[in-house]
Amino acid sequence: MEEMVNVYFYGKKYTVPAALTIQTAMEYAGYTLKRGVGCRHGFCGACACIYRIKGKNELKTGLACTTQVQEGMYITQIPYFPTDKRTYDINDLKANQQVMMELYPEIYSCIGCNACTKACPQSLKTMQYIAYAQRGELKKCAEESFDCIMCGTCSVRCPAGISHPMVGLLARRLNGKYIEPEAKHLTKRVEEINNGEFDEAMKEMMNKPIDEVKELYNTREIEK
Amino acid sequence: MYAPYPESMMESVKKVEATRAARMATEPRRLTADEKDDLLAKFHPDYNNDSFAEIKVGPNKGQRAPLELAKMLHSTSRLMTDKVDISKIDYDVDVLVIGGGGAGSSCAIEAHNAGANVMIVTKLRIGDANTMMAEGGIQAADKENDSPVQHYLDCFGGGHFAARPELVKRLVTEAPDAIKWLNELGVEFDKDEDGTMVTTHGGGTSRKRMHAAKDYSGAEIMRTLRDEVINLGIPVIEFTSAVELIKDDKGQVAGAVLLNMETGDYMVAKAKTVVIATGGAGRMHYNGFPTSNHYGATADGLVLGYRAGAPLLYQDSIQYHPTGAVYPSQILGALVTEKVRSVGAQLVNANGEAYIHPLETRDVNASGVIRECREGRGVDAPGGVQGVWLDTPMIEILGGEGTIEKRIPAMFRMYMNYGIDMRKVPILIYPTLHYQNGGLEINGDGFTNAIPNLLVAGEAAGGIHGTNRLMGNSLLDVIVFGRNAGKKAAAKYKEVEIGTMNLDHVGKFDEELKAAGLDTGEVSPMLLPKYARHER
Repeated sequence: MEEMVNVYFYGKKYTVPAALTIQTAMEYAGYTLKRGVGCRHGFCGACACIYRIKGKNELKTGLACTTQVQEGMYITQIPYFPTDKRTYDINDLKANQQVMMELYPEIYSCIGCNACTKACPQSLKTMQYIAYAQRGELKKCAEESFDCIMCGTCSVRCPAGISHPMVGLLARRLNGKYIEPEAKHLTKRVEEINNGEFDEAMKEMMNKPIDEVKELYNTREIEK
Repeated sequence: MYAPYPESMMESVKKVEATRAARMATEPRRLTADEKDDLLAKFHPDYNNDSFAEIKVGPNKGQRAPLELAKMLHSTSRLMTDKVDISKIDYDVDVLVIGGGGAGSSCAIEAHNAGANVMIVTKLRIGDANTMMAEGGIQAADKENDSPVQHYLDCFGGGHFAARPELVKRLVTEAPDAIKWLNELGVEFDKDEDGTMVTTHGGGTSRKRMHAAKDYSGAEIMRTLRDEVINLGIPVIEFTSAVELIKDDKGQVAGAVLLNMETGDYMVAKAKTVVIATGGAGRMHYNGFPTSNHYGATADGLVLGYRAGAPLLYQDSIQYHPTGAVYPSQILGALVTEKVRSVGAQLVNANGEAYIHPLETRDVNASGVIRECREGRGVDAPGGVQGVWLDTPMIEILGGEGTIEKRIPAMFRMYMNYGIDMRKVPILIYPTLHYQNGGLEINGDGFTNAIPNLLVAGEAAGGIHGTNRLMGNSLLDVIVFGRNAGKKAAAKYKEVEIGTMNLDHVGKFDEELKAAGLDTGEVSPMLLPKYARHER
């Protein structure tokens, strides 16, 4: 007999197999999900939820797709949260401390409660990356926030109203565009292609009889 | 001893550990062309005729398609029962992009930058797409020992010489520029301190040209594209599906009928050009396989285009990614990125044998896993499933301690979530339904030949990868062909004059279904998979 547990979706009780995730348990219960569902494998951040285990004080956050159900779990989904993304032209920005002050000044209202870090289903040091952003250490902010899936559970818990995922995203774009060194071999190759340096060889390859192409493919040297 | 698996599985882990040192001393040999053909014919699911049906109506009549896709092609339109007045226009745009993934977003950005009035409709949120889940990387021939011609050979050969040469040419020639474009939008690629891109092999590559952003490559690209779409102020109509294309009396595409997924209300979008960028079909569960795909991957665009008269190409060619998770059950079908093999892990059977080279093409490696399991060399896991090992501890031995957390943090996290430390024990895998190699047929410029002003980009298009796609060529495809579609649509719309809009093709297709005696009892496109369990 399959092990079953009792869970509560929006306060209503359902008995579901214990091996399921919150997401598959909702489907087992009969829900056809439209919101609060996405990649189903922990990459897209669509399925943030808040839950509490009956009798325990602590409120927990997680992704419905990667969190296994437990006995007495009271669950609500957060299919949307009004995080506040500021719009900008990335080409007009400079990678400095000023940019954070102008676009996301509320990060300086952080009270250091660390609720964002505790809420993160990716176990990121969220408050730490906000601190880096405050100090204009954009590269560090980018690195520390890299694994963010933008589910927004941090922002849900933040008493200062900070939109953490948006801050991290800005830092990463600035880091990727302005701070990381240029890939010179890439710039060179794009120029070579634009100058038509491979056109002749490509034409030759495309015009070869298929048997010759097969022979070339099957005997090509593979870089070690 | 660290034992996160049931006892029966741990017995096999011991064998894997016992042979590890000897396996690491030699590289498994590559198969010959004949050996590969033989393995595919015996074990690849595409060769299982029972899982295909003949298409009875439309442009590909007489050809075969997976059973589940054939059923959708043979099903009736929602608009046969729900009548929509298309003379009431809700949106009027130059370029309508259907789908908000990597291809749709790239397309919208380029169309906007070229001055077009462009709008995205997407049935979930922008970025809810297979692009977001792509882990391993994106190919581009930008190193000294490499060239677009070498990339062409790998892509064309890996796809069994079935790809459309003009599409492969565009893919590989525009690849370096695609990487540069992304980098300049702020995508953080893995680089050395001097800016040199860190590149590795993928299955079937002859040069190390896989660029990555750890193992969040697709997520890093998608979240940046999404941010740019929002910054540019491009309208994105979320939770809204296209359920039918609209044509005009000249036979041109003229827009789409939209469905609000939440309220059930219909809307009408008039457009001078339409781009289908609806993605894949993993949630159709062809052959009963689990899938690595997004919830929305239900082949909607194929149905829309087909009903309007656009032919499919290689609709019977499906990619099963060799390494999907099989244990624990909570992550069944989840993608275990090919990068795990790029950075050193071997495929090892229950007896501890490295039975194949880990970087053969995906169709070959998937067939290899299936062969090992069918012939009794698979590992049994709880729930009646089987798999073979991916020997992940090798990665730490080869690359040094910390390599797994640095290079494949998403994989590490996915398994640690269930108490499995892949630095210490191998992980169990089996093929998972990953990609539709085929799709709607396009010409070299991304347009369908059958319907004027209709373009297709991304996974919904067919012919770029032949009958097997290489790792890193799909992220590349969505960027190259997405951008291309945006530019081409923005150039085209200026000369388009829409005539009288109609849905005549929908009625005509329905008559064909009736004439062929088809009644599946379903409507299509599917839009969402039917996962809800109902007791009655």
